[in-house]
Amino acid sequence: MPEQLSGPTAMNRVQDGVVKYGFIAVTVILFTYFALTEPAFATSSSLFSMLKFTSVTAILGLGVTFTMVVGGLDLSIGSTAGLAVQLAAMTMVFYNLTGVTAVVVVLIGGLAVGLLNAFLIVICKIPDLLATLGVMFVIQGAKLIPVSGQSVSSGMVLRDGSVAPGHFTEGFLKIDRGFVGPVPLPVVIMLALVVLSWFVLSRTTWGRLMYAIGANPEAARLAGVRVGVYHGLAYVISGVFASVGGLILVSRIGQGDVNAGSSSLLEAVAVALVGTSVLGLGKPNAWGTLLGALLVGIVLTGLTMKGFQYYHQDTAKGLVLIVALLFSFTLSRRKVRYTPAT
Amino acid sequence: MVDPTTTGDAPRPPAAQEHEPPAPVLELDAITKSFGSNEVLKGVTLTLRPGRVTALLGANGAGKSTLIKVLSGVYPDHGGEVRVDGEAVAMESPSHAARHGIQTVHQRIDENIVPGLTVAENLVFEEVVRGEVPKVSSLRRLMPRARQIAATLDLDWPDAVLTKDVFELGIADSQLLLLARALVQRPKVLVLDEPTSTLSASEVDRLFALVRRLCGDGVAVLYVTHRLSEVAELADDLVVLRDGRIRASQERPFDMEAVVRSMLGEGLATQHDLVEQRGSTTAITLHGVRLLRRSDPVDLELRYGEVTGVVGLIGAGKSEMARGIFGADRLRAGTMTLDGEPYAPRHTSEAVRAGVYLVPEDRSAEAMLPGWSLTWTATLPFLRSVSRWSFLQRGKERSVGRTVLEDFGVVATDPDQPVDALSGGNQQKVVVGRWMHAGPRVLLLDEPFRGVDIGARGDISRRAREQAAAGACVVVFSSDVEEIREIADRILVMVEGHLRLDAYTSTVDNDAIVTSMSEVA
Repeated sequence: MPEQLSGPTAMNRVQDGVVKYGFIAVTVILFTYFALTEPAFATSSSLFSMLKFTSVTAILGLGVTFTMVVGGLDLSIGSTAGLAVQLAAMTMVFYNLTGVTAVVVVLIGGLAVGLLNAFLIVICKIPDLLATLGVMFVIQGAKLIPVSGQSVSSGMVLRDGSVAPGHFTEGFLKIDRGFVGPVPLPVVIMLALVVLSWFVLSRTTWGRLMYAIGANPEAARLAGVRVGVYHGLAYVISGVFASVGGLILVSRIGQGDVNAGSSSLLEAVAVALVGTSVLGLGKPNAWGTLLGALLVGIVLTGLTMKGFQYYHQDTAKGLVLIVALLFSFTLSRRKVRYTPAT
Repeated sequence: MVDPTTTGDAPRPPAAQEHEPPAPVLELDAITKSFGSNEVLKGVTLTLRPGRVTALLGANGAGKSTLIKVLSGVYPDHGGEVRVDGEAVAMESPSHAARHGIQTVHQRIDENIVPGLTVAENLVFEEVVRGEVPKVSSLRRLMPRARQIAATLDLDWPDAVLTKDVFELGIADSQLLLLARALVQRPKVLVLDEPTSTLSASEVDRLFALVRRLCGDGVAVLYVTHRLSEVAELADDLVVLRDGRIRASQERPFDMEAVVRSMLGEGLATQHDLVEQRGSTTAITLHGVRLLRRSDPVDLELRYGEVTGVVGLIGAGKSEMARGIFGADRLRAGTMTLDGEPYAPRHTSEAVRAGVYLVPEDRSAEAMLPGWSLTWTATLPFLRSVSRWSFLQRGKERSVGRTVLEDFGVVATDPDQPVDALSGGNQQKVVVGRWMHAGPRVLLLDEPFRGVDIGARGDISRRAREQAAAGACVVVFSSDVEEIREIADRILVMVEGHLRLDAYTSTVDNDAIVTSMSEVA
C-alpha cells in the first residue's frame, strides 16, 4: 500500500487528531456546557448519582466488548440481566434464603447462559448474532414461566394462596445503596470491572488471543490458537458480567420486575460501539466502553436537568451513537476492526 | 484420461480437418492491462477462429482471469485492440461484449445465477434485464421462451424442472443453465473459464460433447483450464500465458512437455550451486494417505536434515498434504508418524506443540491479522513463551519482535509497525521468521515465494536451508520447478494426488521433472 509508506500528510494528521481526540473533546465540551448552565449538574452528589446510573450500562457494555473483540456480538445480555433480577428475587422472596445465596445463584445463572451461548456458537457453529438472538428470546420467555408472568415482590400471594415467605435482605439492598468512602458501591464495582477487563484484554495472553480471533479467525487457527476455547470464553465472561449488572439493577429496584433489563441491550451495545471510536483505536476496548457509557450518562443527566422529558432520551442516545460511528467509520483513515459475523 | 500422443486420432469437429484455416472471428492485438503500477497483461496477441477450440493455459497469477475480463467487457480501460470479424470494437461493458457476439461463462456459478428465482426465470434472465420480457410477468408467460432456450442445448428439462427453484439444481445442471443462457444469444465466441472444476467425469463428457457440437456449428471457443488432460482431449489449438504474455502456441498434436515448460518459466536450465544435504533420520511418515477424493494412497517419508521440495501444478494435492500434516484439515485416509510415534493432530495447536509448523499458501487470508503489529504477529503462536501465568511480558515480546525483524532483515521502521503496511516480501519474512525463531522440528512452507520479491525469496531460501542444516525437516510446496530446484535437496513430484517422482535433486534433471509433471493421468 504505497500511500501508507509515503507517510501521512498534514491533512491526514489533522484528520487523525480529530478521530483520536474529537470524541473526548465532545464529551468535555458537553460536560462544561451542562456544568456552566445548570449549577446543580457539577455537584459531587449529582455526579455520583450519574455514575451510579451509568454503572449497569457500563458493566453490560464491558460484556458486549469482550464478544465484540472476538468478532461477535452478545444480544442476550439484556435478558441475562433480567434473568439475574428474577433469580435474585426468587431466591430471597420464594425460598427465603440469604442475600449471599442470591448473589451466588445469580452469578451461576449468568455463567450458565454464557456457557449455553458458547455451546451454540462454538460447538453447534451457529453464527454469533443468531445464536444469542435465540437465547435472548428463550430466556425472556422462560423466566416468565415459574412466576406465571408476575413480578416477584416481598409479601406477594403465591399460586397456592399462601404469602411469599421471604423478602429482600438489607445486605442485598446495600449492593446498590452502599458506599466505599464517598463513592457509591456500584461505581466501585464498575471501575473494578473496567480495570479488570482492560487488564485481561491488553495485558494477558487471553485478551491477545481474543483479539486475534476477531482480527482473522483462520489466521489465528493456523497459528495454533484454540479458536473455539477463547471464542467461547468471551461469551462466558459476557454472561457473568451481564448477571453482575443484573445484581445492581435488582438491588436498586428492590423487586423482581419481569421487564427489568430488557431495555439495557441496545444501550450496552451502543456504548461498546461508541467505545470503539474513542481514542481512535478502532477496536473494542474497555476504557472506550467506559467513556461511551459516561458520555451517554452526561447527555441524559444534562438533558433531564434542562427539563427534557424521559421520552427524549432514546433519541439522544441514538444521536450519540451516530456521532460516535461518524468518528470511526467516516472520519477515520484506519479501517475499523469490527464486523460482526452473521 | 487420454494419452496426448494418441489423441490426434480422436474424432474431431469437421472444421479442424480443413486445410485452409477459416478467417479469424476474434483477434486480440497487444492487449495490456495494469492495476496501478502492477502490469498484469503485457501485450497479449491471440486469434480465435470459428469452429475451433483454443485452450488457454497458465499457472496462477499468469493473467488468465484478467484476460477473460477484458474479453467480457469488465475492464474497458485496457490497452491494445480487439477486432471482431476484422473490425476494431470497443469492449465498454459486458453488454457490449454480448452485442459483439462474445459470451463468457464464468467459473463462479454462484455469482451468476439468481437464487430464489425459478430455473425458467434464470434462463430468460438476460432478456428480463434488457427489458425484452415485461419485468412483471407471470411464470406462465415466461415458460414458452424458457422451454425454447432449454431446447437449444437439448436439455431434457420438463416443466417440473423449469419451475423448480434454481437452488435445487445440482452444480452440473447450473453450469448447463449458464451455458444455455450464453448460447441463446447465438455467440460467435464462447469463453469457458475452468468449466469442469466442479463436474464429475460423466458430466465432463457431456460438456465436451456439447462443446464439440458448438464447434461444428462454427462457434469459436476459448477454453480456459489448467488440466492438461482436458486440453489433450478437446482442444485444437493451445496458447500458454505466463507473466502477462503469450509464451507458446501450438496446434495439435501437442507437445505437453513444452507446454509445461512454458507454463513454469524459462529459467529451468540454470543450475544453482546448491550443496546437497542428505538427511538420514526420519521425521514424518505418511502411510496410505489419500490427498484427493479420487487419488491413490500415498506412502512417504520426510527426513530431518534436508529440504524436501514438493512440486506439482494446481490441484496436485500439495496444500492438502501440508495442511493434513499440520492438523489444519483432516486427512481423507491414512496415518502418520512423527519420530516413530503415531501422530494424528486433531488441531493445529497439537502440531505446534509437537514442533510442526506451517506457513500457509494464502498469506493475506491465512496468516495476516489486519492492523496487527510485527511483534504481535511474530509472537502469536508462542504467547506462552513471552508470558508468565498468562500475563504478557511486554519487554520479552518486543525483543522477540526485534529479533525476527533483525535476523530476517525485515525492512520496517520498528517492531510495532503494522504488518499490513509492509511489502509482500517483508510480510512473508515475518510469517516465516516467527516459526524459524522458535526452532522447528518440521517446517512446512506452502508456496512461500508467492507475491515475494526476488531479494526476500533469496533470504527465505537461505534461512530455510540453514534450518535444515541445523537438523530440521523442511518441506517446501510449490508449483514452480525453478523455485524448488533452488531450495530443495530432494524433489517429490505430485500429479493429481499421486506421487510421481521421488529423487535427490542432483540425481534428476529438469527434463525428468517436467516429464513426470506432464504425464496425463
